[in-house]
Amino acid sequence: MAKAKKRFRVTLNRAWCKDCGICVAFCPAKVFEAGERGEALVAREEDCTGCQSCVLRCPDLALEVEEATPSQAAEAVTHGG
Amino acid sequence: MKARDYLIEEAMPLFWCRGCGNGIILHALLRALARLGKSREETVVVTGIGCFGKADDYIRTHSIHGTHGRALAIATGVKAVNPGLTVLALMGDGDCATIGGNHLIHAARRNIGVTAVVANNLNYGMTGGQFSATTPQGARSSTSSFGNPESGFDLCRLAGAAGAALVARATVYHAALLESLLVEAISCPGFSLVEVMSSCPVYYGRYNGIPDPAAMMRWWQESAVPASRYAELAPEEKQGRFPIGRLGGSDRPAFSERYARVQEAAQAGAGRWIQAGTDR
Ligand SMILES: Cc1ncc(C[n+]2csc(CCOP(=O)(O)OP(=O)(O)O)c2C)c(N)n1
Ligand code: SF4
Ligand code: SF4
Repeated sequence: MAKAKKRFRVTLNRAWCKDCGICVAFCPAKVFEAGERGEALVAREEDCTGCQSCVLRCPDLALEVEEATPSQAAEAVTHGG
Repeated sequence: MKARDYLIEEAMPLFWCRGCGNGIILHALLRALARLGKSREETVVVTGIGCFGKADDYIRTHSIHGTHGRALAIATGVKAVNPGLTVLALMGDGDCATIGGNHLIHAARRNIGVTAVVANNLNYGMTGGQFSATTPQGARSSTSSFGNPESGFDLCRLAGAAGAALVARATVYHAALLESLLVEAISCPGFSLVEVMSSCPVYYGRYNGIPDPAAMMRWWQESAVPASRYAELAPEEKQGRFPIGRLGGSDRPAFSERYARVQEAAQAGAGRWIQAGTDR
């Protein structure tokens, strides 16, 4: 069996985020998307490579990226993520 | 401790505008403190007045919120009487270089062991986007609608020429570089200055055709050039660009080291005239 790809949890703190769009514009893996009202959304968590660049550049400290625990990663796979 | 342990979470969300660079600098500073394992009790953050001057509201160390332009004067006093403390002065370009320019050159000349972190957003954010002593010639602001007739200071060259032990520059786009420059600066025994080119999308950006936060980040990405590469650019390629990284400094003894010798001599009753060592 092929070695499982590392999974990451991308947490966006809605209460701190101001929808500036910096994460949407600069994530190299295009994990984020702007919603209908321009709100920042974590659209493709499964594509996150864990580079942390969104965490460093978010002006509102609203993002956290952590490696998923094995059970969280397994759940993401079952759900087709 | 982790970076978040230095953050006053109860004070969040940040008071700054959408896309303002100040939060990126704040976060880099918290990570630098965590990397150095600085104790909250032995760290003092000094601010003046301005948008970036609100940074101390979010940092769980000792802090003094002073008056506009005087953060470095206050920080100098703190460090002089208690050289064991880690002292940071967080200032906007107005605070540090416009009203506070005199304190900047003397802090550098004295080589006092303070780290100055300047959020240079090229204008006065808090009071509505007026031009400051770092606004580039020709740039628009609320007080230079037809272009700034003055030219801006190069803060790194200014502080370097005045005798700072370490001068460095980053931008809010280059957040990882910023973190490591802050680690270097805070570890430096003499006066260090880290200039951070920062976004004020609502004033500087709006007046100069880049009101979008991501577009301002792109602008920093494109304008900043690593110092070694910048030196090789032809004069026309340097137009609108600036170097980033460690840009200079001198290894003169820090004020506290010299002053300790003066104190020793005075306590030993060495007479009226004290040979405290020469500068260079
Ligand atoms: C002695 C004094 N003069 C003027 C002011 C008004 N004032 C408040 S903040 C500020 C400038 C802010 O610009 P800057 O220091 O660059 O910080 P920013 O808001 O851009 O972060 C001025 C002129 C003041 N508070 N005190
Ligand atoms: S960078 Fe931060 S504040 Fe800006 S949209 Fe993304 S999560 Fe929100
Ligand atoms: S006015 Fe400018 S510097 Fe002040 S918080 Fe808003 S964007 Fe930031």
